[in-house]
Amino acid sequence: MGYVPIKGGQAAIEAAEKLVRYFRLRGGSAPLEIKQIQDQMRLAVDRVMGEGSLYAPFHAALALKQAEGDTIEASFLLRAYRSTLPRIGYSVVVDTRDMTVIRRISAAFKDIPGGQILGPTRDYSLRLLDFQLADESLTHIREFLSKFAPGMMRGEKIGTEEVPPSFPKVVDMLRAEGLLETLTAGEEAEEIIDITRQPITFPAPRAARLQAMARGETGGLMALAYSSMRGYGNVHPTLGELRVGYVPLRVYHKTRSDEVVTVGRVLVTEAEVIARMDAEEDNIPRFTLGYGLCFGHNEIKAISMAVLDRAMRTGSKEAPAEDEEFILYHIDGIEASGFTAHWKLPHYVTFQSVLDRLRRAQQVARREGEGTQ
Amino acid sequence: MLKKKIQSGYNFAFLDEQSKKEIRRRTLKAVAIPGYQVPFASRELPIARGWGTGGLQLTMSLIGPDDILKVIDQGSDDVVNAVNIRKLLAQTTGVRTTEDTREATLIQTRHRIPEEPLEDWQILVFQVPYPEPLRRVEPSEVKTREMHAEADYSRLWVYLYEDIVRWGEITIGAQYPVMVNGRYVMDPSPVPRWDVPRLNMAETLYLFGAGREKRIYAVPPHTRVESLQFSDYPFQVEDFTGKQCDLCGSTDAYLDEIIDDVTGARRYTCSDTAYCAKRRQLKEEAGKNA
Repeated sequence: MGYVPIKGGQAAIEAAEKLVRYFRLRGGSAPLEIKQIQDQMRLAVDRVMGEGSLYAPFHAALALKQAEGDTIEASFLLRAYRSTLPRIGYSVVVDTRDMTVIRRISAAFKDIPGGQILGPTRDYSLRLLDFQLADESLTHIREFLSKFAPGMMRGEKIGTEEVPPSFPKVVDMLRAEGLLETLTAGEEAEEIIDITRQPITFPAPRAARLQAMARGETGGLMALAYSSMRGYGNVHPTLGELRVGYVPLRVYHKTRSDEVVTVGRVLVTEAEVIARMDAEEDNIPRFTLGYGLCFGHNEIKAISMAVLDRAMRTGSKEAPAEDEEFILYHIDGIEASGFTAHWKLPHYVTFQSVLDRLRRAQQVARREGEGTQ
Repeated sequence: MLKKKIQSGYNFAFLDEQSKKEIRRRTLKAVAIPGYQVPFASRELPIARGWGTGGLQLTMSLIGPDDILKVIDQGSDDVVNAVNIRKLLAQTTGVRTTEDTREATLIQTRHRIPEEPLEDWQILVFQVPYPEPLRRVEPSEVKTREMHAEADYSRLWVYLYEDIVRWGEITIGAQYPVMVNGRYVMDPSPVPRWDVPRLNMAETLYLFGAGREKRIYAVPPHTRVESLQFSDYPFQVEDFTGKQCDLCGSTDAYLDEIIDDVTGARRYTCSDTAYCAKRRQLKEEAGKNA
């Protein structure tokens, strides 16, 4: 029988898995160490943690290795792993004013209290391929580190000691001047739902929208936010403040519930976008705010989130970016990639069924054609 | 098949117990309101979204160590996706698996109902890509939920009517919309029309899981399930008149059309491979005894 392309499954799957391994290794190069990926593929690790919805740098790096660098596949591995972990509790709400900042800029004001801190960014670098990197050696690395961060070479903890521990927020200044909308009472009182335990329903509370976007796929969020920026529901954003830094992870003590314990720190990127004017109940026009926050260092994602957060609040649904249902149902990389890939599964039962309908409709059409001649 | 060793490091049936309990509670609600789509917080699994994660979560939440499991895709036990899902379930539960429909206590399926009759001690779990039957006429979930609440199915009826005006026939192939218990229009998952009448007044509990869309729904035993149809344009199943299975000779089963890659000729075989194999075996035995 010639036609058995997808049957005889088990052996075929095992062979395919071996081939995947073979294609990863056939070049014969030294195996990638997880530590190398964590250190030198920093942004890929951050992206996978965000989209995988699990802050676990080691596991994200391992997933990247296993997925041969495919960030969607790596995020998927991390998400599946996440499903095996019980939900043991919720952290204390983080105030990003307490962030230990590694980068912090504002596009709205030239001078901001605390100053603009460029931090690690390629924004102003010429994007020329650096051929010297091809020959980078341990000697080069040591040489660079001993000059740039001598303290680190002496085993001291490298840190942000020269940076003030916390900054006032740009949006707080605007708010103090009455230029920015105040949070509505409803929004502040809103119970924060957990979208991994309760499915999203519409209209979705803002907390649910932000959660869904925080685990959204960077490229998907960017494309939709970009559509808004180009005019499909433009909110005319100005980047009030972009911060990258560490926030403390605090939880309530297991037995002494009034005690808060710091259990670690999490790198996050936060974007606050100041957008088009709107009038509140008092009829006085004020700026509105869009907010984005995601795991790791991922500025495109945080900015896209902030733009979409604001765009979805218009509620007009005239443009895709304004329609929360459209946005929230289509930004999840794990869901979208899984369903896109599922078309590779056999569909011959359903195809047979539509074939039956097509043949029947053709019969009807031919019969009617004959009737009219 | 032999009992396999349980994969270490994972909970029985992969998901944590809290999650399984949540899914079972949603399932109970679904059973209580036949045809109604119950939202649930779908978990990510090591199988991709769109590849059966809704069905899998139902199976994982229901399966016990004494269950006998069957997994099929397009009617077949041996296609890669069925093999893959069976492997995951077997590895994380250690339960016995089978290809025999009449032996399985729990059957997970994609796109088919097994040909052999199912009984009240069995559960059939469907994998569902699109749980919303009104999606054909309305893209917004907010609006379709409203339409269900108001039992407003007029746009779907108009869709069927316009189909007839345009093509002289209702052109929906698989995934034919049905009315459940006279109240909710339901998507039976992309089973062929052939399978739809078997949902009606059945002995078995049918559960439907859509992982990506995060919905669970059910057709309990002895529930009315009617295909949407007009009195002058009745619902029709696929027509296999004059055709039979090339392997077992069945003229009463859903057939896969096979194009011979040498001659280009069309042949047909049963879509339900376990049913087909059983028929061939019975024939062989009857031949020996004769």
